[in-house]
Amino acid sequence: MRKMTFLVFTLIVLLSIVSIAAETIKIAAVLPLTGAVAAYGQQGKQGILLANEMFPEVLGKKIEVVFIDTKSEKAETANAVARAIDYEKVNAIIGELISGNSLAGSAVADKKKIPMVTPASTNPLVTQGKKYMFRVCFIDPFQGEIAAKFAYENLGARNVVIFTDIEQDYCVGLANFFKKTFTALGGTIYEEYYRTGDQDFSAQLTDALSRNPDILYVPGYYTEIALIARQARQFGFYGPILAGDGAEAQQLIEIGGDAVNDVYYTTHYHPDAAQTEIASVFIEKFQEKYGERPSAMSALNFDAYLIIYDAIKRAGSDDPEAIAQALRETKEFKGVTGVIKMGPDGNPIKSVVINKVENGEFKFVTVVNP
Amino acid sequence: MRMTLPIFLQNLANGILLGGLYALIAIGYSMVYGILRLINFAHGDVFMMGTYFAFYGVTLFLLPWWLAFVVAIIGAGILGFLIDRIAYKPLRNAPRISSLITAIGMSIFLESLAVVIFGGIPKSFAPPRIYPKFFSKMLQIGSVRVQILTFFILGITALLIIFLIWFVYKTKIGMAMRAISTDIATTALMGVNVDLVIGITFAIGSALAGAGGILWAMKYPNVNPYMGFMPGLKAFIAAVIGGIGSIQGAMLGGFLLGMIEIMLVAFLPRFAGYRDIFAFIILIIILMYKPSGILGAKLEEKV
Amino acid sequence: MITVLYRKLPTRMKVFLTIIFVLFMILMLFLAQKKLDTYWIRILTLIGIYGIMAVSLTFINGITGIFSLGHSGFIAIGAYTSALLTMSIQQKQMSFFLKPLIWPLNSIQLDFLSATIIAGVMAAILAYLIGYPSLRLTGDYLAITTLGFSEIVRILILNMISVTNGPLGLKGLEEYTNIWWPWGWLLVTVLVIGSLVSSSYGRALKAIREDPIAAKAMGINVTKHQLTAFVVGAFFAGISGSLYAHWLTTIDPRPQTVGILLTFNILIMIVLGGLGSITGALFGAAIFAILSEWLRIVETPFKLFGIQIPAISGMRLLVLSTIFIIVMLTWRRGIMGRSELTWDSIYNFFLRLRRKQ
Repeated sequence: MRKMTFLVFTLIVLLSIVSIAAETIKIAAVLPLTGAVAAYGQQGKQGILLANEMFPEVLGKKIEVVFIDTKSEKAETANAVARAIDYEKVNAIIGELISGNSLAGSAVADKKKIPMVTPASTNPLVTQGKKYMFRVCFIDPFQGEIAAKFAYENLGARNVVIFTDIEQDYCVGLANFFKKTFTALGGTIYEEYYRTGDQDFSAQLTDALSRNPDILYVPGYYTEIALIARQARQFGFYGPILAGDGAEAQQLIEIGGDAVNDVYYTTHYHPDAAQTEIASVFIEKFQEKYGERPSAMSALNFDAYLIIYDAIKRAGSDDPEAIAQALRETKEFKGVTGVIKMGPDGNPIKSVVINKVENGEFKFVTVVNP
Repeated sequence: MRMTLPIFLQNLANGILLGGLYALIAIGYSMVYGILRLINFAHGDVFMMGTYFAFYGVTLFLLPWWLAFVVAIIGAGILGFLIDRIAYKPLRNAPRISSLITAIGMSIFLESLAVVIFGGIPKSFAPPRIYPKFFSKMLQIGSVRVQILTFFILGITALLIIFLIWFVYKTKIGMAMRAISTDIATTALMGVNVDLVIGITFAIGSALAGAGGILWAMKYPNVNPYMGFMPGLKAFIAAVIGGIGSIQGAMLGGFLLGMIEIMLVAFLPRFAGYRDIFAFIILIIILMYKPSGILGAKLEEKV
Repeated sequence: MITVLYRKLPTRMKVFLTIIFVLFMILMLFLAQKKLDTYWIRILTLIGIYGIMAVSLTFINGITGIFSLGHSGFIAIGAYTSALLTMSIQQKQMSFFLKPLIWPLNSIQLDFLSATIIAGVMAAILAYLIGYPSLRLTGDYLAITTLGFSEIVRILILNMISVTNGPLGLKGLEEYTNIWWPWGWLLVTVLVIGSLVSSSYGRALKAIREDPIAAKAMGINVTKHQLTAFVVGAFFAGISGSLYAHWLTTIDPRPQTVGILLTFNILIMIVLGGLGSITGALFGAAIFAILSEWLRIVETPFKLFGIQIPAISGMRLLVLSTIFIIVMLTWRRGIMGRSELTWDSIYNFFLRLRRKQ
């Protein structure tokens, strides 16, 4: 035991030698760079790196982004946030992407009064009752409601089969809010279930299609959406498939091929929606740097960086308390994913964009304002 | 659920396909278990690696798809051979649990190696980039729609299994394998190079896993470092159901499990969330009441 | 070791030393809490939690020889039980928006200590139910069966929405787990399991591990002994689950949170420490917790022998698993092997040192 305590203290000494830093403002990006949802973390990292490249300095100081991996795990996220605050001494934190992980992390950040902005955790509970937790994405109830209205009014659907990924709280939440609004409008719902990582949906699809749905609502992540679309088309379903923002990734088209034509999804932005100037600059620069279209995940992470950058600039200080205050007072922030006004509870008030896939490309359909 | 004949036939076709894939992976498990009594946890990760080999064979080395597939299968075989040499061979005389723990370590190692080398972003294994579009065409047989890929997968599976049975029962090495699975020590005394034969067993089992991975990815075109875990576990369950250690048993178990999984979701869609539970429940029941499986020989506990 | 020269300290002396050591640890933890920053306090807390997990698993796997891969199932049950008991009624109403929480869980709120004990009891009951049929199996069949059971537990949690809130998990738990709870429980765990191991009961367990058939012939009731060990281990796993949930402040049934990966991590700890040694399990837990944080260095750009190495994510686990395999291949005993670091062994170590001089 003494050996261990000795070890702990030696390590602290060792580590503190390394951490003598230059005059910079440090932002930590606590992301799932490996593990089950590594793809989102990697896409997020691309967005943040680009943002850092485009806006490298504020108040005459360089911004240094420290990437900390969470292995897509809760305990790792909580540790990573603690590490960011105590060891890296950061002024603000970006992260995590998965709602459950963000909650574990924000418990730590809130106690230490360090502002934390999650790019993509859409669960309402993430910011609830926390003074230092913010997000740049809309929340699930809003997205589900918009999707249901769009399905009923624009797609003319009356009979919908929902495919729920019961392993993702994001997906279950969205399906739930969709169901509420859609049945209130007078439509009928039938539900099928699957789990993240499932590859075979033939049984669910056979059952679902025997009910002759007008559309399928699949508010999951792109891998499964693409697989479901592929298999649905093979079974002869050619109607529209509606999805949430988890659909937006180049991989949707790569995996889905022709099958994902006519996949509609609610999301945060589209270049043609031209909500802000920065959006088109972002897309251009992103394509230049990485040679591919930015995903929603990259765009949201870009915005998370930018909103912190903006807050530091407005606050005129890199003090975490001042940054948090400036974040609370955000009114007309023009991000890639739309204009953000920070509402109470750290949730932004912003518009929802609806896109669709057409001939292997993402096409803009409409924008719904709050 | 309105279960009509066409829907049933459709599900039957789906079940056969999934079962064939399970069978292919299960055979490798079964072969290794048969001779070493080792649950090779890393088997599912060899399956994943094989798929990555094929993916990079086509996209990076620009090989024609069929050649890339063959190279990848051979690559998976070599990988299996190396895993045995590095991780399991030094532990031949250690307690069996040590090998099992090392196998778990090997599995984590291969997964993190794939994360480091290939990255965490899933790769798409879809036509026409990887293989010709011809395979994803649908055939209408009566009221049942079947992808050409299905026949391809079943055909390849059948070919590989026939080859394997010929290999195990008609060649010298096959005979050595069967001898080792009965009694390692005596076989060694008969002048058989036991380590080489075990290595070859690993290589063949792994090559089959690699082939299984490629066929799996053709059907479910999402390649990522963790893709091997669940199919690996399911294939193991299949091997146990059929009777671990027996090639025919692994085949039977694979088809049975695939069929049960599909039919369960088909008849009881409400319970789709419980799909994996049923696999495990079957596993536990089989282990408790007939640990030798349907076709397996009874293994006596040695005192 | 030369057994002839092995000397034992008087029992009173050992009790005295233990009390001194415990007081010393309390002082150290107190100092740590005063002096260290949150990051290191979190890691120290985690070491305590991992310690309980590792000691309870090594009791089942290493000492009794039941190779169980189902530990995460017990941890999950413990975590969920205590979380459901400590959450406030308003919090529950807010969280359970898919389906309301069933009675009586929706109207109870207990303190952390009782909730943790009930968590342990629930895990123990589950262990009894699982162990009773499955302990007839041995070796790798048992390993797979327990792994299957833990996965079944996880999938049940995922699907029983009106009890567990399903995939949404339980969120907004009170952060009860400070540095004292885990280390306090760790002390209890080590004392209970330690005294079990050194009693005649423990010797029977070791006999079963070495040769179940011989043990049976000696008149030891193998199943009963194994079942008791399994239940005791699961009890403490449940306790650790409760501490874990209230340390994270949120719990969900994802495989990364309470799945097979967690069991594998604990397995790495006890193998590093030496399968079958309680003190080894403690070292393993500490090394694992510290190493997985310290190795973050290899995921940032760093210099090795003057060569600039870019940031590669995933390196941590690669290094950890490599170490794990190397330990298994070259140093299968781990740090402690099956021996314990006791006052006697320390005393004899110093005696031998003196003799050499």
